Amino acid sequence: MHRFANPNVFLRLSNRIMPWSTGVMIASLVAGLVFALGASPADYQQGESVRIMYVHVPAAWMALFIYICLAGASAVALIWKHPLADLAAKASSPVGACFTFIALATGALWGKPMWGAWWVWDARLTSMLILFFLYLGHMALANAFEDSERGAKSAAILALVGVINIPIIKFSVDWWNTLHQPASVVRMGGPSIHPSMLTPLLLMAIAFTAYYVTVVILRLRGEILARKIRALRMIRVQAESKGESGPYLREI
Amino acid sequence: MSENENDTLQTPSPKKSRPMTRKRRRLYIVLIAMGFLFAAGALVLSALRDNLVFFYSPTEILEREIQPGQRIRIGGLVEEASVVQASGEVSVMFRVTDLTQTIPVVFTGVLPDLFREGQGVIAEGSLNEDGVFQATNVLAKHDENYMPPEVAEALKKSGRWQEGAEMNGENGENAAP
Repeated sequence: MHRFANPNVFLRLSNRIMPWSTGVMIASLVAGLVFALGASPADYQQGESVRIMYVHVPAAWMALFIYICLAGASAVALIWKHPLADLAAKASSPVGACFTFIALATGALWGKPMWGAWWVWDARLTSMLILFFLYLGHMALANAFEDSERGAKSAAILALVGVINIPIIKFSVDWWNTLHQPASVVRMGGPSIHPSMLTPLLLMAIAFTAYYVTVVILRLRGEILARKIRALRMIRVQAESKGESGPYLREI
Repeated sequence: MSENENDTLQTPSPKKSRPMTRKRRRLYIVLIAMGFLFAAGALVLSALRDNLVFFYSPTEILEREIQPGQRIRIGGLVEEASVVQASGEVSVMFRVTDLTQTIPVVFTGVLPDLFREGQGVIAEGSLNEDGVFQATNVLAKHDENYMPPEVAEALKKSGRWQEGAEMNGENGENAAP
């Protein structure tokens, strides 16, 4: 674990992962879209609008999955203070917020023709909206302080507190009467979704996961490089202040 | 943080008498805090249980003796052969059932596309003095089964079709075809 916390080891490792994650993302996205938009049947009661599912459901899964990653990284950052964990959390939350927004937006577009309402305040939809606000809060808090470490620490605590929302989202449809239907794939007794429709769904889920991996690696690289540049500037300022000229006179 | 982390250099040893390191203490604090958080969450959710349901089934409404005029949502299946639309009128009458109790519903407005007999619906409105539910809004609820129309036909033919089983009771287990 400590080995991967070293930014240089991570940079080398990420160079090896990047081509693979990008390739998997493009391949499964193309295959998934072909199946989702053409090579899969319409639903027996929802007709063609069922195709919204192939974006909506993987996006909602990613929203939960990324939050779990975010909370895991935050716990590692708080307990073991690994240098990369805070950066990984900071890199993940905007991606998670985007997926949550996609799930909410496609859900509204799907809800209007099927249910007859863009939005209802049932337990599943409300808890998902709370997840969106948790992501936004995390992003705001991580950038709220001059001292980035203080910001990272408060954001990590928020991320851990928000974990309680994850089982609520997952089980809301089982615990309470909701308008949203219960789970179709991750459920007791196996998927209640025909294999011809499960294929595009899983392909899209793989594509979204590979996208997350790729984007987080890119964002982490950017953060690491930004910190290196900052550290180099600090060193330069310190070196100059030891010499005769004051640090404030020079442009950094 | 600026605290001195000399414990990172030690390999974790099985010695039990070792004083608690900062990391270990932080781990325990986080674990205990998470434990309290989940306990608090469970208590709040169980206290709010009744307020978090989106709709009541006809049985629950009759048991709770909901007052006429009180705004509620009822959910259930549209009973087979119960939908009546008088000619020249926009009002639709149908009965919502949970297969135990049945409540008549009157609705004026546009029904969702998925509305049909045997389909799950949620109606928003209130009971009148005669025990008829005056709906101001009707939403269609679909189940978690997705399949092509041919497969649905085949299931219906072979008699393994369980339409609407999900509305029976509180999200009862719905055997997937």
